[in-house]
Amino acid sequence: MSDGTSRLGAAPGGKSKEYLRPVPSTWWLKRKTYFLFMVRELTCVAVGGYAALLLVLAASAHNPDSFHSVFSWLSASRWSVVLHAIALPLVLYHSITWFNLTPKAMVVWRGEERLSPVLIAGSNYVAWVVVSVLIAWIALR
Amino acid sequence: MPEKTMTLEVFRYQPDEEEHPRYQNYEVPYREDWVVLDALNHIKDEIDGTLSYRWSCRMGVCGSCGMMVNGDPKLTCATFLRDYYPSAIRVEPLNYFPVIRDLIINMEDFLHKLDDVQAWLIPKQEKTVEEGEYLQSPAELAHFKQFSMCINCMLCYAACPVYGHSQEFLGPAAIALAQRYNLDSRDGAAESRADVIFQDVGIWECTFVGDCSRVCPKNVDPAGAIQQAKVTHTKQFMKELLAPWGNR
Repeated sequence: MSDGTSRLGAAPGGKSKEYLRPVPSTWWLKRKTYFLFMVRELTCVAVGGYAALLLVLAASAHNPDSFHSVFSWLSASRWSVVLHAIALPLVLYHSITWFNLTPKAMVVWRGEERLSPVLIAGSNYVAWVVVSVLIAWIALR
Repeated sequence: MPEKTMTLEVFRYQPDEEEHPRYQNYEVPYREDWVVLDALNHIKDEIDGTLSYRWSCRMGVCGSCGMMVNGDPKLTCATFLRDYYPSAIRVEPLNYFPVIRDLIINMEDFLHKLDDVQAWLIPKQEKTVEEGEYLQSPAELAHFKQFSMCINCMLCYAACPVYGHSQEFLGPAAIALAQRYNLDSRDGAAESRADVIFQDVGIWECTFVGDCSRVCPKNVDPAGAIQQAKVTHTKQFMKELLAPWGNR
């Protein structure tokens, strides 16, 4: 054990050398919860990337030719299927983990009783379904 | 029948005698009702009197016997040997704090942070004894009671990788205690705490790993306290942005 550093510190009762233990670069592999946290954070790349793809589609909307070319790539290309197969689970993981964390940040009191975390997290899922159905209705009509 | 025993691998650091720490193995008797602290006391009393560690109440109230047990921050007075038997148990000082000696960490940083957030009640209006108590309804108490359960054991700091990477971070317990007083209907110092807890190395340094709440022996939920403070700060920011003429 010699990776840490000693330093002169003001310990109670006088001077003594304190030992600072290093934080290894693999700290996020030390605990399952740290690893899942890193996965949650990294899935934001998929969310951001897919949002950028949708922006490209939206930006091409003024030009029917370019819109058609982007849309046909999205709907028919083999690479698009691979991209969606990768992006979907990552975006789902990102959304679900954050939805489940909302009761930590959002606290609603009714007198002495705190509104159930299940209701607060559940409202996100309800909104998700409503918005998805609405988008599907607009896209498919 | 031979007595059952267990091995404790204990982190030893004796700065007067050696430059670097090491692990020392001790064979201790295994008892169903023993906690890790009992085993450490056995070592201290019967095997090696040079072992140093902190403890006091032995009943999960004082918060002084927090250590890493097999890599998890635990109160050693509430961690039973039977949950690990027959495997060896590794006992180390709390993560991320400088080690003074053996299992004793330097907690000055945390104590300064408690001072910084003014973790005490600052009444809206001072009252004389003759004027009576500061009354509070059960509903008002409910809003902060969970955060008032903190025993300053610092397990949350030892579980927080953000604190591990930056000791500037105010940290879970200090922010939870700031929230405890900010949410107290009798307190009037939320504004004077705001500069400290709303700074970049305050609530906004937290990346919401959430392990602070998972390891808390008193279910204080510091991760929740920090996220709720972020909501409060964001609402204040938006209010000032959209209605700068209004009161906060």
